[in-house]
Amino acid sequence: MHNNTIAELAAGLRVGEYTSEELTRAYLERIKQLDGEFNSYITVTEEQALAQAREADARIAAGESGPLLGVPIAHKDIFCTDGVRTSCASKMLDPFIAPYDATVVRKFKDAGVVMLGKTNMDEFAMGSSNETSFYGPVKNPWDKTAVPGGSSGGSAACVAARLAPGATGTDTGGSIRQPAALCGITGLKPTYGRVSRYGMIAFASSLDQAGPMARTAEDCALMLGVMAGFDERDSTSLEKAVPDYTAELNNDLTGLKIGLPEEYFGEGLDPEVAKSIEAAIEEYKKLGAEVVRLASPTPTWRYPPTTWSPPPSAPLTSRGWTGCASATAVKSPGISKTSTSAHVARASVAR
Amino acid sequence: MEWEVVIGCEIHTQLATQSKIFSGAATAYGAEPNTQACAVDLGLPGVLPVLNKEAVRMAVKFGLAVDAEIGKRSVFARKNYFYPDLPKGYQISQFELPIVGKGHLEIELEDGSTKTIGITRAHLEEDAGKSLHEDFHGLTGIDLNRAGTPLLEIVSDPDMRSGAEAAAYMRKIHSIVTYIGICDGNLQEGSFRCDVNISMRPKGQAEFGTRAEIKNLNSFRYVEKAVEYEMERQIAILESGGKVVQETRLFDPDRGETRSMRSKEEANDYRYFPDPDLLPVIVDDDTIEAIRATLPELPDAKRARYIGALGLSEKDAGGLTAAKATADYFEALLTSSGCEAKLCANWVMGELSAALNKDSKSIDESPVSAEQFGGLLKRIADNTISGKIAKEVFEAMWNGEGSADEVIEKKGLKQITDTGAIDAAIDEVIAGNPAQVENYRNAEPEKRGKMVGFFVGQVMKATGGKANPGQVNQLLKARLDALL
Amino acid sequence: MALEKSDVENIAHLARLAIGEEDIPAYAENLSNILSLVEQMSSVDTSGVTPMAHPLDMAQRLREDVVSEPNQREHLQAHAPAVENGLFLVPKVIE
Repeated sequence: MHNNTIAELAAGLRVGEYTSEELTRAYLERIKQLDGEFNSYITVTEEQALAQAREADARIAAGESGPLLGVPIAHKDIFCTDGVRTSCASKMLDPFIAPYDATVVRKFKDAGVVMLGKTNMDEFAMGSSNETSFYGPVKNPWDKTAVPGGSSGGSAACVAARLAPGATGTDTGGSIRQPAALCGITGLKPTYGRVSRYGMIAFASSLDQAGPMARTAEDCALMLGVMAGFDERDSTSLEKAVPDYTAELNNDLTGLKIGLPEEYFGEGLDPEVAKSIEAAIEEYKKLGAEVVRLASPTPTWRYPPTTWSPPPSAPLTSRGWTGCASATAVKSPGISKTSTSAHVARASVAR
Repeated sequence: MEWEVVIGCEIHTQLATQSKIFSGAATAYGAEPNTQACAVDLGLPGVLPVLNKEAVRMAVKFGLAVDAEIGKRSVFARKNYFYPDLPKGYQISQFELPIVGKGHLEIELEDGSTKTIGITRAHLEEDAGKSLHEDFHGLTGIDLNRAGTPLLEIVSDPDMRSGAEAAAYMRKIHSIVTYIGICDGNLQEGSFRCDVNISMRPKGQAEFGTRAEIKNLNSFRYVEKAVEYEMERQIAILESGGKVVQETRLFDPDRGETRSMRSKEEANDYRYFPDPDLLPVIVDDDTIEAIRATLPELPDAKRARYIGALGLSEKDAGGLTAAKATADYFEALLTSSGCEAKLCANWVMGELSAALNKDSKSIDESPVSAEQFGGLLKRIADNTISGKIAKEVFEAMWNGEGSADEVIEKKGLKQITDTGAIDAAIDEVIAGNPAQVENYRNAEPEKRGKMVGFFVGQVMKATGGKANPGQVNQLLKARLDALL
Repeated sequence: MALEKSDVENIAHLARLAIGEEDIPAYAENLSNILSLVEQMSSVDTSGVTPMAHPLDMAQRLREDVVSEPNQREHLQAHAPAVENGLFLVPKVIE
């Protein structure tokens, strides 16, 4: 079961191949057996998970069908969860039991999704390696001597290690995309404003955005369909209908133009990574996308924000970056069934 | 050396919204601790602010009332400081782009002249919670009910030159915010608080001296007293060759003194920066005009109308329009009594305000409504009772003894207008005071007018005050002159 | 722009962070690097560019003035470290 995608698991639940409780127990068992090695979870919420699973089973039995009904996932420990510790991987919030659910958490609950636990991360999401957690570093499941990336490293690692079929992450300056790449899974930073930030502990408010992390683009599409949408509790939330993200998964990419900033292909790039990216570019071309190499008109900033923003300066400096990071988010390469980041990830993990 | 004081005020007015500025919790005063503090007000990790439409509308309304530029694009900023009743570690306020820009208003001075005071700006912000320092086993108790209550901070130009001017300014702002209904104006409950910046400079010098800020004055009288104390204190320091320290001070009303609280942190220590959780607030022209249409007649305009159209004195007009509740009462009385403005004004400014003062009641709490009061004035106008008897009737009404007519009836206070009855009393008085009658007859004609007063008094006494004094005067004059 | 030791101490004080004497040089260098990065960014000519508050150019949405949050004191205080008579208790802040 644990090698199935979310789409496959949801289908299995719908036809009664297994119950949500069985599925949830299976994942909880794997976590118990294996997570000692990876440290991808900070908190495992066994009791609540089983209760939610039974509830989901009752809903399925009552004839309800939702795209993710009964599927278990994990939440990055940056999202507030009512009655469950929400630590942000910091000693400061170690005793903090949130008295409310983040909007993202509530939406998954409403959709009948089971929460297995809260995943490890860089402290306050400020890091790219997952070595800064109060609860200890996370190991890359492909190579325990390598980092999983960060800050959503626990989410990436637990999906890669099949300790959850999907997990939520947050991305300020690469915190979903980079660990997804490093762990060989698929992750997506949605357009700013698409997913509510209410209940998500801020790093840099004008850049933070929650997104899905899963094995395939299809799974990310399914998860984003639940996560996205207007929230009146978030002033920066986008008031726009949520499309069916799965609708165009198998379309070709004709008409899509992908820009490649030359500056990122120079000095310091690992040849293996370069090779993987070139392979991915070829894949995009095959799917019909036009690839344009271009030079940035302004000097290239060599530091991604998460590497240089210590806590006190995070909010102070975030404004200056608004333009840069959202530009990368507005037109992400989109969702294709092949996980391009996976190619990149395997290459870097192998180092 | 002759010194000049320079005063500027920052007034915090709590806006009379139902819910908080950035959350849906209630703002009612006096609730049990922390029962009106939701996750957003508690500043829990992950919460986000969403701006209250009514707070924006009220701020714009104030801006229009003081003829100010309205910030069509205003921005919220974080003001960073640490205090336990500010759980987020920052106060959401406005810094570079406030919602209300430069405006002005006029204050009336004691000599009857007016002075224009500039408004530098007014901005929206959230109030903090309350720290209770009584003993909780060596700990401090925090009540966050007030946290997130909308405030409009109104900053004046340093235009005031005496404690009286500062108090007049505070009164004027109080009058405007209550007129336009954006603040309940309750000083005791802290809905309206004034910080006063005071500095001294040699008269004629252009640059300002170092200022001290007196925080949280919640009475017009305290403002005046605090300024006076502070002037003396600063002059004493300067004249002995010392330097005034820039600091925050508190006024102790019991001692009539100010004392140092803590040295004011440099403005840039607050490290203001735009709050990324809130977007720029856009107020378009249509919205501004729609809000302008809701502005009531403002105190200055009302005062001018009372003087011009109603023929009241400046003093009466000023007194009646200072508080909206008084003006409303007066206007209701005008309508219900149908009497002329001067009579209504005299009664409101005289008997009514004296009675209110005596019982420490606000005009809203008056036991005699404008409607009931109108019933009394009607009886003066139609000569049922004299003005003097009316005072007696008013007192009875105040004590809840019924309407004007009921009191007049019950106490038999109806004025005697029957000529026969008055004539009989006159006969009695003339017969009983032969010496005075003789004096009258022998007096020079121009002095007789005054002498009639004695007889009027006697006749009024004989009728128990119920005769119409005008009528008595007329009849007496005729009778006495017939004796000449 | 290079930060002095005193700047670091002042910044730490404003943020209420206790930092060890021995760590100050590292912080000074780190923060100075951030500032030089910001300086580098400042060298870009942005005249005529309106600062962006939201990538989709949105303005602040306004909430209707209605009370939507009922009293939840018990729930919100359930995990507070110290509570008495409905008040949150914190270390004493004034003498």
